[in-house]
Amino acid sequence: MSNEAVLHAPAGAGLHHEAHGDHHHEHHHETFISKYVFSMDHKMIAKQFLITGMVWAVLGGLMSVLFRLQLGYPEATFPFLEDLLGKWAEGGKITPEAYYALVTTHGTVLVFFVLTAGLSGTFANFLIPLQIGARDMASPFMNMLSYWFFFAASIVMLSSMFVEFGPFSGGWTAYPPLSALASASPGSGTGMDLWLIAMALFVVSSLLGGLNYIATVLNMRTKGMSMTRLPLTIWALFFTAVLGVLSFPVLFSGFILLIFDRNFGTSFYLSDIFINGVGALPNEGGSAILYQHLFWFLGHPEVYIILLPAMGMVSEILSVNSRKPIFGYMAMVGSLFAIAILAFLVWAHHMFVTGLNPFLGSVFVLLTLLIAVPSAIKVFNWLTTLWRGNIRFTPGMLFSIGFVSLFISGGLTGIWLGNSALDIHLHDTYFVIAHFHIVMGVASMFGMFAGIYHWFPKMYGRYMNNTLSYLHFWITLGGAYMIFWPMHYQGLAGMPRRYYDYSVWESFKQFAELNRFISTVAMIVFAAQLLFLFNFFYSVFKGRKVTSQNPYNANTLEWTTPINPGHGNWVGEIPEVHRWAYDYGKDGKEFISQTTPVGADESSH
Amino acid sequence: MSSIANEAPKRIHPHKFTLWVAMGSIIMMFAGLTSAYIVKKNQSSWLEFDLPIVFMYSTLVIIASSVTVHLAAKAFKAREMGRYRLLITVTAILGLVFMGLQILGFMDLEARNIALTGARSNSAASFLLVITGLHMLHVLGGVIALVVMFVKAYISNVKNYSSLSIELVGTYWHFVDILWIYLFIFYNWIS
Repeated sequence: MSNEAVLHAPAGAGLHHEAHGDHHHEHHHETFISKYVFSMDHKMIAKQFLITGMVWAVLGGLMSVLFRLQLGYPEATFPFLEDLLGKWAEGGKITPEAYYALVTTHGTVLVFFVLTAGLSGTFANFLIPLQIGARDMASPFMNMLSYWFFFAASIVMLSSMFVEFGPFSGGWTAYPPLSALASASPGSGTGMDLWLIAMALFVVSSLLGGLNYIATVLNMRTKGMSMTRLPLTIWALFFTAVLGVLSFPVLFSGFILLIFDRNFGTSFYLSDIFINGVGALPNEGGSAILYQHLFWFLGHPEVYIILLPAMGMVSEILSVNSRKPIFGYMAMVGSLFAIAILAFLVWAHHMFVTGLNPFLGSVFVLLTLLIAVPSAIKVFNWLTTLWRGNIRFTPGMLFSIGFVSLFISGGLTGIWLGNSALDIHLHDTYFVIAHFHIVMGVASMFGMFAGIYHWFPKMYGRYMNNTLSYLHFWITLGGAYMIFWPMHYQGLAGMPRRYYDYSVWESFKQFAELNRFISTVAMIVFAAQLLFLFNFFYSVFKGRKVTSQNPYNANTLEWTTPINPGHGNWVGEIPEVHRWAYDYGKDGKEFISQTTPVGADESSH
Repeated sequence: MSSIANEAPKRIHPHKFTLWVAMGSIIMMFAGLTSAYIVKKNQSSWLEFDLPIVFMYSTLVIIASSVTVHLAAKAFKAREMGRYRLLITVTAILGLVFMGLQILGFMDLEARNIALTGARSNSAASFLLVITGLHMLHVLGGVIALVVMFVKAYISNVKNYSSLSIELVGTYWHFVDILWIYLFIFYNWIS
């Protein structure tokens, strides 16, 4: 099926120039190094983030397949695992140490390296200058540094998997004492040192990127592009950057205290606990809960750092492909703002069962449940944007609709978990796993896929194959629900997360076959992602070429650039903006580009 | 470096704006640490001790350096380059003196048998080390920026009339100054 068949777009209305030549404004000589490696072009940096994020997504996804093998087939042995993991899977069975290392690294990698750097790194870099009408970021050099700090963090994190005692294995949250004591577990020594170095580099990368995104959005908009004319993608990426800039430093301060406890014998988190084989620790008066406060003060905004870019892109793609204005633009901006504020006020809902004062807990319950209000506003606005729209089911659109579906399903269970009374039963069970994987993990992955499919023509000047895309979509959507839906039942039955083998527990033996089912689907879904990767890389080089400047008949500024924009994005002057980004189906016109002046006979807008 | 700003005179320079956001970010880090300090103080086994006297002198030194960096910016704008170079040198030296005095403060605590690190340490003293030490690193960043500007003022053949660099460093320097005053008040009275 070709894109034209899906888009069936009447060419003509609004702006539709011939594509300009690509290169005649590039006066400086570009070498391979300056163009593809140490590039300062925001579009190339975006692609670097994307490809690095893809590598991590494959590694992190593969890890989940490996530990799902253990969970689904606890009795079986797989000789190929010994070839792959060596001593970590002696006799073809993953050892408990390796299992915990896989779970920990899967979490760290997916949360930070894929869904933070891979998602907002890619799309903030790519879309902010293109959609606000800027030639590049406020500081292209800092932007380049941001990527290379991320790259360094990636190398250090990767190397931690090859050290003698393995990577850190105490969970992605790195709670002390497992993270603070080198002798606490095999991965707590060198593995944890490397984990900390990687995360410190990652925080630096995030801060450099975030500072740049904020400064660019606020200072570099083209003429006429007032804040209320910004596409919702930019609003979402802006709030994401604000969240990151304000919350990552707090995580960093938590890490600094952790480093002192690990290396200089201080007692911030460690107290006189008794360790098997070591004896009582000399430390006095430290509190592991203190770390949890500092960690979750980042950790909760981090959830929205992951989710908001997906929300923004989905809003844009839904509107473009419904051929309708986004419903409730200001409500969308307001709800993003409300979510960004509330994100800082709910961190203790991760700590209801740490002995938190129940009165304080009830305040956090209230604030947590308040997030349902802006979230519901967004859902209703997406649905009303779709309502009676002239929907084009492009792959990007399908993934956007999939995002809305997942966000509803996963969001509803958030209302359960936000109640401190219910949380006593549900805390640390598979119910939590199901909740956050659907609402944050898979939903944001869907946002990312939507963004890649939608903006691929702008990124590479070619189309991806639609048949493969549809296959990828349906397997992933169906698979995601088949993997995570059953986990709700397991969680309600009290099945705790992070256990190595449930078959030895009388209460959870009943889930043996369900676990096998989940593991099987996980493998199928992972295989479907390889389909996506093949589609992506094949299309980068061999995909059908884009021939029209504005293939989606969209309003935003990125579609006024040449098909393959050079560094600087626009040939000649940056276009001036005269209207908001969502004039679809107005006054009988199918779409009106943001660069079209408001006509005299036009109805008010 | 090709920083391509839209020429709109009313708008704040993107680098200045970035600095302001970065300062917000640094504030969050210290807010995190000082909140942790308060939480920890309200738990058991917190050691009460007097702050080193020398912190008082270091406060005076860093306030003085704020004055000199302000005068340096004024001198630059008046094109009095000799005076400008002298003043940024004095500022950098005052910054180093400040850091030296902080280290003397740490030594004073150790001399009074209040361990900052190690098995004997109490987190009250460790917090003082971590927070003050991090602040010192931020002062060091300012000193390095001043040294870079000093070298540039000598080496560059091209006359530079843009006061952007000195304004950026000046803003940052006042910021670390105010940050220390906050910490000093925090240690003494708030916590």
